Amino acid sequence: MYALVDVNSFFASCEQLFRPDLRGKPVVVLSNNDGCIVARSKEAKALGIPDLEPYFKLKPLLEKYGVYVFSSNYELYGDLSKRVMTTLESFSPDLEIYSIDEAFLSLAGINKHLPSYGREIRSTVLKHVGLPVGVGIAPTKTLAKLASHIAKKSAKCDYVCVIDDIPKWHAVFKKIPVNNVWGIGRRLSAHLANLQVYSVYDLMKLDSRLMRKRFSVNLARTIDELNGIKCFILEQSPEAKKQIYSTRSFGQKIIHCHDLEQSVSQYATRACEKLRQQNHLVKTMVVFASAPHFIEASYSRSLTISFPAPTNDTRVVISAARQGIRDVIYKEGVKFARAGVGLIELSPERPEQLDAFTPAQALKSKSLMRVVDKINKSHGPIFYASQGIEQQWKMTRALKSPSYTTKWRDLPVLVDR
Amino acid sequence: MLIFITPSTTEFKLFNSKVSAGFPSPADDYIEESLSLDELLIKHPSATYMVKAQGNSMIGAGIYDGDILIIDRALTATTGDIVIASIDGEFTCKYLDLEAKELRPANPRYSAIKIKEDIELLIEGVVTSSMRMHR
Repeated sequence: MYALVDVNSFFASCEQLFRPDLRGKPVVVLSNNDGCIVARSKEAKALGIPDLEPYFKLKPLLEKYGVYVFSSNYELYGDLSKRVMTTLESFSPDLEIYSIDEAFLSLAGINKHLPSYGREIRSTVLKHVGLPVGVGIAPTKTLAKLASHIAKKSAKCDYVCVIDDIPKWHAVFKKIPVNNVWGIGRRLSAHLANLQVYSVYDLMKLDSRLMRKRFSVNLARTIDELNGIKCFILEQSPEAKKQIYSTRSFGQKIIHCHDLEQSVSQYATRACEKLRQQNHLVKTMVVFASAPHFIEASYSRSLTISFPAPTNDTRVVISAARQGIRDVIYKEGVKFARAGVGLIELSPERPEQLDAFTPAQALKSKSLMRVVDKINKSHGPIFYASQGIEQQWKMTRALKSPSYTTKWRDLPVLVDR
Repeated sequence: MLIFITPSTTEFKLFNSKVSAGFPSPADDYIEESLSLDELLIKHPSATYMVKAQGNSMIGAGIYDGDILIIDRALTATTGDIVIASIDGEFTCKYLDLEAKELRPANPRYSAIKIKEDIELLIEGVVTSSMRMHR
């Protein structure tokens, strides 16, 4: 069985955690440079505030409803994301961080009553980190994703949904539009509509072998997964991502700093390759490492690093990651079991957002990266030696909240009463 | 205030000096990892937050204006704990009294806050320690 755990309205919930006055109130978070709305609290959704619309267009509406507006605060989201993931590690050693606010957990070998286990996951993350999550549990990743969708939508579920006996759910699947299935985008939904396939149920009843010929392997696999046949394993993902994580548990515990640096360099390299494949640049990255998966006596550190200019240069990313390991994360005597990097704030490579005050990525490094990727593809890997020191850089955004958890001067202040 | 620090498990590093360079340092046998404040103060890293105290309502508990408080959300608060609670949209630090259903200040010039609803829902975490900078 798999569990998909995701934080409800993640960015907005992070803002509400440190602003108790905004809990139960409509909150939205804007993208880079305050471009569009990328997250809405439950209350903002209820007001009918649309997602992914330009901010300037919606400004009058937001003001009319008294919606609280924030610029994205990736230092805060990155730190809270790491806390959620570390907490989840205590529920299963096998987890795939799918994005900044969701993770798949393998529940193989966990002999527990699954609805209670799901509820325990939710209540633990809520208590320890302070963020509300939804939990979907099912025999395949695609069904787990669907279960998490149901968990959020159905009041009866109350954020935890377990799909074990699939036929029992057919009536529910008939009511869910097919585009809610993991990997079924707008275009594919339109094609499916031509085949009279509108609901999840319609899709799962298609012949997957036929669909493999007509559409793609991925669609065939999705259909199989909806029928409980496991096709996607952990760490695999069919879609281009909003965040790129590269993380692994070590076969053997790591105790030396240079080994930890080396492993993180490797993950950074892989993450950068994925980054360039999808033609994106990274602006903010998290680096993290932790020792065993039990809440008691665990050790875990993470660091959020902002780049002076968006980059896809592996050398820059590696050197920042290694410095983070050396200066902040590594601790002598700790037996590290897991480490990784997450590229959490990405922007499309073209058109590049040029900032008058920061250097854009040098053209030279862009062409070098292109060559390196080409060689890696055809002749096997080129490795990066260690690099110099990359300076951290602070982002400025008009409506950004304080970095409550990552800067001393930004600590939340109590009220004397 | 006196703090007694007992050495925890004694894990010594291996011989550090190069023998060929002359006498090994007599301290080599005793090199231990430096004391870590994180280890002392933070039991549940992913559930620990820090906040800054303000005002005089908790001076009887040794918490003064500007102190940094360490909050552990993983702990279950019981009567007598110092907690952070969110009241009327604000974070405040008080003694918890579950029986009397109130949040009590540690200063006679302030009054206790009576709670009508479920008091446990208002608790953000338990204050496990506080830090004060003296210069």
